Amino acid sequence: MNLSLKIWRQKNANSEGKFQQYDVQGISEDMSFLEMFDVLNERLINEGDTPVAFDHDCREGICGMCSMYINGQPHGPGKNVTTCQLHMRSFKDGDTITVEPWRAKAFPIVKDLAVNRSAFDRIISAGGYVSVNTGNAQDANSLPIAKDNADDAFMAAACIGCGACVAACVNSSAMLFTSAKISQLALLPQGQAERAMRAEKMVAQMDTEGFGACSVTGACEAECPKGISLENIARMNREYYGAVLSSK
Amino acid sequence: MSWVTKTLSSSLGRKLIMAVTGISLILFLLVHCGINSMIFFNDGGETFNAAAEFMSGNWLIRTAEVGLMAGFIIHIADGLMLWKSNAEKRPVKYAIVKGEANSSWASRSMGILGSLLLIFLVIHLRHFWITSRFTDEITGGHTTLFAEMIETFANPIAVIIYVIGCISLAYHLSHGFQSSFQTMGWNHPKYTPFVKSVGLSFSILIPLIFAAMPISMYFGWIA
Ligand code: HEM
Ligand code: SF4
Ligand code: FES
Repeated sequence: MNLSLKIWRQKNANSEGKFQQYDVQGISEDMSFLEMFDVLNERLINEGDTPVAFDHDCREGICGMCSMYINGQPHGPGKNVTTCQLHMRSFKDGDTITVEPWRAKAFPIVKDLAVNRSAFDRIISAGGYVSVNTGNAQDANSLPIAKDNADDAFMAAACIGCGACVAACVNSSAMLFTSAKISQLALLPQGQAERAMRAEKMVAQMDTEGFGACSVTGACEAECPKGISLENIARMNREYYGAVLSSK
Repeated sequence: MSWVTKTLSSSLGRKLIMAVTGISLILFLLVHCGINSMIFFNDGGETFNAAAEFMSGNWLIRTAEVGLMAGFIIHIADGLMLWKSNAEKRPVKYAIVKGEANSSWASRSMGILGSLLLIFLVIHLRHFWITSRFTDEITGGHTTLFAEMIETFANPIAVIIYVIGCISLAYHLSHGFQSSFQTMGWNHPKYTPFVKSVGLSFSILIPLIFAAMPISMYFGWIA
């Protein structure tokens, strides 16, 4: 396949960025989107140009590092895929593909397509932990957990912290991410000790970082590579209202 | 800051205010639509005028009107502030946004739809509320509300403004109704589909009935 790429190039957080056009030839349909970028970068290096900076790590859809906003959608077209799992067969020969970084006040650009997502780490540190000493692996049935709760907690825990929810949201809201992190602990016995304080602190940190409020557009849920549900945001709202009403 | 102000000024709290005031406005719409529908008896406005008379004479309703006013003002002020602060969370915009791939147009346009409603509201209050509450009280209340409606809706421009207002309301509610339940934390696989279908029916039916009023008066079907 031959493609035309319009890629956002920006030296660092403080410089002005702009789109640059690159034509790539001989791309296989079986390549992932990142492999196509590898081909381009190799060529740029050979030509003495600076390669395009982008985040990636596992390249198997589990680490949450890859983050490209492709043709107006985070992680490009297709449901439940990360950029590293997006294959070139999703595009047609001759296509022009526009690639931008996640754009949000809370995710400053580091370089080109790489953004700083440490705001997410600070939301987690604010309360996304358990202080209970869980000890060694226990006898399987010593701590009964309802199947529904186990399933919901597991589904929330699938969040890989990629930030596509923020990138997709008109308000750059981090509610889907934060609610998944609150839910996975609120639903399990080990998470009860800090339950109320967790909701209050994580929501406060989320606001401090400069993420927007929720307009319930559902764009986050639709674009999330892990299918995290809006039910988590409703749960976070309940956790938060309950926490502020009852905390001392 | 007290815990109350802190909570209500958080992103979740400000949205909770939108939901609570939004639901109150929906309840008001239900009453407003019910009373106004009495013009469809087509009895020269007799039933409608009697109902309007009762509403303006009843102290309980007049007290509720103060609450309604507050609800509108809070919903509008909070809505405009949220709209602005949310927009500021993305200082550099995307070149391409494929919004239709992941969300409804109405859900992404609540601020614009709300602003259209605000413009409509000002015109609407000028047409009826100010006339009936103030002008009439000064002049001794000779015109009836029904007569005012007939007079207003003889003007095609007024009819068009009202129809646009109703369309904005339909879109605002098509998202707002179900969204407010989610905001209040009510999302459940058993009830949410029901809330969504009630919301959609409400957001089509109520604006349709409202829009039928100026249209039928303009064409003289109700006189
Ligand atoms: C009869 C009139 C109105 C009704 C019944 C109504 C109802 C609602 C409801 C139910 C919501 C959803 C709240 C939620 O998602 O939790 C909402 C949201 C909203 N309303 Fe209204 N509204 C009305 C008029 C207005 C006006 C005049 C404005 C003027 C600016 C406005 C601005 C907004 C905005 C900006 C939102 C979205 C908030 C967000 O999701 O970020 N509304 N409205
Ligand atoms: S909720 Fe989904 S989109 Fe958001 S950070 Fe987690 S995995 Fe990524
Ligand atoms: S590189 Fe790890 S999820 Fe894409």
